[in-house]
Amino acid sequence: MTAVRGVGQFYPVASPLHALDPRAKVVATALLVVGLFFVDSAAGFVVAGSATALLVGASRVPLRAFLGLLRPVAFIVALTFFFQVFFLREGPTLFGWGFVEVHEGGLEMGLLLAARLLILVTTAGLLTATTAPVALADGIEDLLSPLKRLRFPAHEVAMMMTIALRFIPTLGEEAQKISRAQAARGADFTSGGLLARARALVPILVPLTIGAFRRADELAEAMESRGYRGGHGRVRYRELRFRARDALALLLTILVVLAAVLL
Amino acid sequence: MADTASISCKDLTYSYTGGFGPALSGVSFEAGQGEYLGVVGPNGGGKSTLVRLLNGLLAADSGRVRVAGFDPATEPFEVRRRAGVLFQNPDNGLVAPFVEDDVAFGLENLGVERAEMRGRVGEAIRAVGLSGYERREPHTLSGGEKQRVALAGLLAVGPEVLLLDEPTAMLDPPGRREVLERVRGLRRSRTVLHVTHHLEELFDADRVLVLNGGRLVADAPPEELFSDADLLRENRLVLPTVPRLAVDLGLPFCRTPEELADAVEKRSRDNSGVEAR
Repeated sequence: MTAVRGVGQFYPVASPLHALDPRAKVVATALLVVGLFFVDSAAGFVVAGSATALLVGASRVPLRAFLGLLRPVAFIVALTFFFQVFFLREGPTLFGWGFVEVHEGGLEMGLLLAARLLILVTTAGLLTATTAPVALADGIEDLLSPLKRLRFPAHEVAMMMTIALRFIPTLGEEAQKISRAQAARGADFTSGGLLARARALVPILVPLTIGAFRRADELAEAMESRGYRGGHGRVRYRELRFRARDALALLLTILVVLAAVLL
Repeated sequence: MADTASISCKDLTYSYTGGFGPALSGVSFEAGQGEYLGVVGPNGGGKSTLVRLLNGLLAADSGRVRVAGFDPATEPFEVRRRAGVLFQNPDNGLVAPFVEDDVAFGLENLGVERAEMRGRVGEAIRAVGLSGYERREPHTLSGGEKQRVALAGLLAVGPEVLLLDEPTAMLDPPGRREVLERVRGLRRSRTVLHVTHHLEELFDADRVLVLNGGRLVADAPPEELFSDADLLRENRLVLPTVPRLAVDLGLPFCRTPEELADAVEKRSRDNSGVEAR
């Protein structure tokens, strides 16, 4: 089961960040992420980076969880960094060794890009680690609801997210069951090249997909029979409350982003 | 007036497009308030079709249906707030990632006020014996527990009628017992239409309907129906061991081994009385 829940998932502990309104957190994260693209000085990154580090500390999510989250992006960060270091030839040469030359501009750019990526991923991880998925879906529904006037299906998007969250573990279990059943019939998922292994997945994916459609059918019937008619006239069980601390959190975020961008 | 009954069907006929012949033809019956009706019959007999017609998931080709006084075909929403369906597969009936949220789903759809919703959700979870499970995720529950969550979701809405469409078919014996126990607890307070393949689940039903080939071939109290060996055979209905033994011995209908033992003893007492004379 743990294999099904990927890294970057909700980490249920009590912390000031967990207690914030999901809408405030979504907006704050968006501000930070967009703001990061306008930060272009070392001082700016120090501000943004230390703010993020403070938030990680305040979230009471163990550092290990974040390191796990960063592992898949580490390669991209490293690639970006070395690409800039070796190929951007601006500013004075720091050292040259045969055809390899490292310039100051390249090193600087490499560090900035790496910092930007790391802060970006950590910020996004903070949002999902401190916000229960259901609350996140509710928050996104609320934030998108002004778009309903433009016929954007905000409620439907949130409902889809909720149903996906509900069925990810169920489908994961089913995939496991099918792969065991196929292995019992002599299917081999572990040997051969990449292509052979991908091909071995077909006998899992086909029954899984068919099963998912059958589930969808039954779920639709169950929802309909329980009086579901879309978002119209519906009252949500969970209530989101935007409190003073949420406003404060947003204000602080704006200040940090402004400082980082202007520095 | 037919409308005082919780469920009333008159000459109900329905054919699936592309199906062979009608799935239901000329079905008429009534269920009074608080009655417990069983529905049995071979696969393809029309049991699930009947449930879907009663809930407005399907609309009848002809005939008249009323559930809690409303026509499910024209006013499905009014019917659905008064008649809940418990489906076969509990895995595909739960919508929300947490028990509590799922139980609230029907109330959310009805637009019930939040404060009231909380009270009714808590009450429904207690009623199915799952207090403390509010924050559990459905995939961590057993089949019987999932089906009880689904039942709580129906009870929270406070329906007059419960339509049970083989709710125990996919459960293990303990799960079946859990669910049946909760359903039994609802007798008299709600009208129940219970579709099942297990005749023993209907021993204490008020009446049992037998659907075969889309026709209603019997509508009788369980004692009467289950003593009729020909009817059972024609509809491929298999009694559990104890009542079957009683029927084969020519004894009256017995639900439990104890009842059977008593009946056997009574018979031998009567017989020995005859011999003594």
